[in-house]
Amino acid sequence: MSDRPGSATRHWRNQRLTSIALLPLGLWFLVSLLRQPSLTHEIVADWFGKPLQALLAALFGAALLWHSMQGVQVVLEDYVGGRLRAVWIALARVAHLTAAFALAYAIYALATGSGA
Amino acid sequence: MYTMVLSILHRASGLYLSACGFLFVAWIVSVALGPAAYACASRILSTLPMRIVLALALAAFWYHLFAGMRHLSWDAGYGFEKPSARRSGALVVAAAAAAFAATLILTPAGRFFAGTQ
Repeated sequence: MSDRPGSATRHWRNQRLTSIALLPLGLWFLVSLLRQPSLTHEIVADWFGKPLQALLAALFGAALLWHSMQGVQVVLEDYVGGRLRAVWIALARVAHLTAAFALAYAIYALATGSGA
Repeated sequence: MYTMVLSILHRASGLYLSACGFLFVAWIVSVALGPAAYACASRILSTLPMRIVLALALAAFWYHLFAGMRHLSWDAGYGFEKPSARRSGALVVAAAAAAFAATLILTPAGRFFAGTQ
């Protein structure tokens, strides 16, 4: 976390925002996944090929990764001290950003039917 | 004492779900890469170790969801007194256990984890 004034409060508030967003989005993902008639490639690709479903998947993924980064950061701040703390937080951020780009690519490809 | 255990469990389940979030991203990327990549991902996810990982993810999902609602209600200023916190803690554990069991019984998840699907 940066030391700018108000950044801790902002982090705290954003973490509540993503947790509230994840209540419906997480349930949407679990229920949708379990309600697919089967999990063949055709069915799953079709699922994410629908515009509303692709949008929900993008929102779910974004909220999930953001919330995950917030949680991991709090844990690192609590348990890792010294200079290593900043290194670990930076690594976690790179990992989450990479996942976010990969997810954006996948959803874009599925929604536009341009998957490999 | 046991409210402390629940608090640690909230962090542990959250970290576990973080790791599973990366698994979700890898899975959806495999869908986008096409049937061959998806078949490979499905094969890996159907192995016994991965079925155990996913069953634990389902349990962590329900626990973290209900415990998260408890935390949100604390933030809103409700239920932070000790007797109330003890009661809501027990409620969270019961709700998570019930939701986990219901998912196993009422959806294909149980058969998938058991490897009988």
